[in-house]
Amino acid sequence: MLLTIRGLTKTYPTREGPLAVLRGVDLDLERGESLALVGESGSGKSTLLHLSAGLDVADQGTIRLDGAAVAEMTDSQRAALRRDRIGLVFQQFNLIPSLNAGANISMQARLAGRNAPDWNAHLAKALGLGDLLQRYPEELSGGQQQRVAIARALAARPALVLADEPTGNLDEANADAVLALMLGLVAEAGAGLLLVTHSPRQAARLGRQMRLVMGQSQA
Amino acid sequence: MNRVVLATLLSHWRKRPLQLVLLLVGLSLATALWSGVQAINAEARSSYADAASLLGRDQFDRLVSRDGAPINEARFAELRRAGWPVSPVVEGWQPETGLTLIGIDPLTMPAGVAPVADGKGPQIGDFLAAAGLLLVNPDTTERLEDADLPPLFATQDLPPMTAIGDIALVQKLLGKPGVISHLVIDSAAPPGLVPLDQIAPDLVRVAPENGGDLARLTDSFHLNLTAFGALAFVVGLFIAHAVIGLVFEQRRATMRTLRALGVPLRRIVVMLVLELGLLALVAGAAGVALGYLVAAALLPDVAGSLRGLYGADVSGTLTLRPGWVLAALALTMGGMLTAAGAALWQTARMPVLAPAMPRAWARASARQLARQGIAGGGFLALAAILAVVGSGLPAAFGLLAALLVGAALILPWVVAGVVGRFAGRAGGPVRQWFWADTAQQVPGLSLALMALLLALASNVGVGTMVASFRTTFTGWLDQRLASELYLNVRSPEEGAAVLDWVTPRVDAVLPIWSVSGDLNGLPGDLFGVADHATYRDNWPLLSAMPDVWDQLARGKVALVNEQLARRTGLAVGDVVVLPGGDLPVGGIYSDYGNPLAQALITLALFDARFPEAPHLRYGLRLPPTKADALAQEMTARFQLPQGAVVPQAEIKAYSLGVFERTFAVTDALNVLTLGVATVALFASLLTLAEMRLPQLAPLWALGLTRRRLAAIEVLRIVALAALTLVVAIPLGLALAWALVARVNVAAFGWQLPMSLFPRDWFALALTAIPVAGIAALWPALRLMRLPPTALLRIFANERG
Repeated sequence: MLLTIRGLTKTYPTREGPLAVLRGVDLDLERGESLALVGESGSGKSTLLHLSAGLDVADQGTIRLDGAAVAEMTDSQRAALRRDRIGLVFQQFNLIPSLNAGANISMQARLAGRNAPDWNAHLAKALGLGDLLQRYPEELSGGQQQRVAIARALAARPALVLADEPTGNLDEANADAVLALMLGLVAEAGAGLLLVTHSPRQAARLGRQMRLVMGQSQA
Repeated sequence: MNRVVLATLLSHWRKRPLQLVLLLVGLSLATALWSGVQAINAEARSSYADAASLLGRDQFDRLVSRDGAPINEARFAELRRAGWPVSPVVEGWQPETGLTLIGIDPLTMPAGVAPVADGKGPQIGDFLAAAGLLLVNPDTTERLEDADLPPLFATQDLPPMTAIGDIALVQKLLGKPGVISHLVIDSAAPPGLVPLDQIAPDLVRVAPENGGDLARLTDSFHLNLTAFGALAFVVGLFIAHAVIGLVFEQRRATMRTLRALGVPLRRIVVMLVLELGLLALVAGAAGVALGYLVAAALLPDVAGSLRGLYGADVSGTLTLRPGWVLAALALTMGGMLTAAGAALWQTARMPVLAPAMPRAWARASARQLARQGIAGGGFLALAAILAVVGSGLPAAFGLLAALLVGAALILPWVVAGVVGRFAGRAGGPVRQWFWADTAQQVPGLSLALMALLLALASNVGVGTMVASFRTTFTGWLDQRLASELYLNVRSPEEGAAVLDWVTPRVDAVLPIWSVSGDLNGLPGDLFGVADHATYRDNWPLLSAMPDVWDQLARGKVALVNEQLARRTGLAVGDVVVLPGGDLPVGGIYSDYGNPLAQALITLALFDARFPEAPHLRYGLRLPPTKADALAQEMTARFQLPQGAVVPQAEIKAYSLGVFERTFAVTDALNVLTLGVATVALFASLLTLAEMRLPQLAPLWALGLTRRRLAAIEVLRIVALAALTLVVAIPLGLALAWALVARVNVAAFGWQLPMSLFPRDWFALALTAIPVAGIAALWPALRLMRLPPTALLRIFANERG
């Protein structure tokens, strides 16, 4: 099993008192499998993704990636985990504004020490970015920026891709095209994909779906 | 990974080169002014140390005449016969060359003291040869190329403008045959000798000068320079802090992304420190080079001031010392860390999911402004306490620091309050928006405004002090230099001949005779003055008993200078301890520029007490129109050397020249500090300009043209600068008061009356406000030329 989550609980303090965002979520994901996380706003989808990436720490429950417990890792170990094994795609792209598209794509692969220019070029070509590699993020449209972010997540050939509404900023046609590319490339890379989306149509294109309601999973 | 992270961090500067330039300019200016001042101080102190170690002054006891009169050679022979290992030294100043000449006897000097026969320089034989030989500093050799002197030999062991030769040669050059200034006592004196006070009761043994009197005398001068350097450094750090704060905030998203991509936080912080270190190294190297240029440019003026004020000879050329370079680089690193400390600390504690909030960075909370205002109030209260109860130089500088820091901290709170009031009363939508928006800009601009306040206030403060001093000093010179001609003769015989001829040709001859000695425990000079209307009418008395001149003429009282009175707590009526006997203080007079204690007694009493004192100086009273002709005739008739007869105007011009040169350095530092503050303002405006777009775009959409918006931006800065100037004027006056009434009194021992010069403030306003407008011009021009698409993007929500 690539990703195993059991009894995951996360609470945030608010002015009105503690707010439970996740209440005992369980999840399994195999290598090569794709899973759509769906649910209303505030249902805990993004939090689940952040916890899975080791960006935040759960109150209770376990997350295991290839058998290794994320909660037991130090900050540095979690950083190494993200660098070496996880590809992240954010809704807001989070490209580095001072680097051009090419440098952004190769960024994580270089950090992980396995930069492969041919693979990067293949990703860029497949995502329609071949002519845009010298451009800076501010010179790209939203759809182009999102494709750069996807290429960056896949460039290091991660075991797990975590994508938080990667097409949320795109129109339907563009969103469909980007998702199709992403699914193809994830399959090509042999990675598992956990994708948060609001769109039932897009969710339907993934292997499986899991709905979160008030922080709890429903099949 | 390190390389990738560092390259990513550095890529920010490639995209925003202006921020990089501003950061480097801020840091290098800060380093340059501070290290330039330190280089000047180091050069001067090195000269003082050379002077202090000259001829073992810092190692061996000396014998000097109790009444300040010269020692005759018979006394030296007597001591040698009694077995005392003493060696004679004659010292004097040669007006023709400006050299301080020191004559020694190399055969009796303690071993290793005389710079001869050490195997490197000339040997004793050369020294004693008929033609003679003078040892001088290499710099001095160049200056004396055309002088009529014996052969010169350059040695690094001597301070500038000092020459050492055999005693017989120097006595001849000085026109002091047989005269000994003091005797050096070898510490290896054998035991069982007849005590000195029995053989030579007229001589007194003086301990070695630890560290040198010059260093102590000039401390306050160097402290003033250091204070300016520190002020400029702080203002420079404001620039660096403003830029770094924004850069870190702008890169927060990048750092978050790096962390999301698997870079540990600690690694990011280490790389940030490395990046800042690299930048500090570049800025430091530029600062050192610039500091060297600043120091080299200012050093001749400083050397001139020190020579004029304290008689201290400081080399006019700068030596590049490795210690100074390293200290300057370390200072830049320290400055960078200080400027970036808060940003680094925030980064180190930043949660991985923290969003970037550059606009929030620029908009400090009202609570923070209030906190800062309270801290500022605390500093101002401390300044008030120090002003009332503080004493001494540390308290005086503490007062200055508390005043400046307090006012700087309270400024944003004051400005925000004033602007808020305008906002409440403004009519019309644009005006209302203008003031409300200005109030919102104050926190983002506060650092730059604080830097501007410090520069403007120090300009007003130091300007007021200098102008007050100039007014007072000019009036004082008119009083003190009442004689039309001043005569310096080489020997009493020459004096007698000149006086026989000149007395019938002038209205009065006023002897100016003096001895050096301890006055109430302080080193100083005691003068004998004639009972003459020149003194009664002109002498600048600060306080005196009603019939002071009659009492003085009867030898019943002495007059003391302000320095002596303040330092030893003397008031009119108190008894002052003087060489030859105590006297009550009849009056206290101002004596600007003199670092030493001084007292006057009547000439008759002086003559009775010191019959051996040299009678070599006189003031001559005559109608001013006849002064020049008489001076020429007298010089020609008695073949007097150049400088023997000095017209009053020449001395005044010289004194004013020393004054102007002293404050030329202050003026230069003042202008440079104002320049640095302008750069700080420019840096802040430029960094904020980008974040202004979301605030300006709606106005543009509502129908205000880009040109009008740009003009409003300039107007805003002009208004804020004007408001800062309004605060700076009272602060500057408080600063001037602190300088005049506290720092000067503690440092120099005298106080001068403070005057106000509103015309100077007006001139400052005419300079500072347009300069602030110019600083705002570039960001405004950029805004004016901004393509509409850039403004449209704001509405497309494409800015993070």
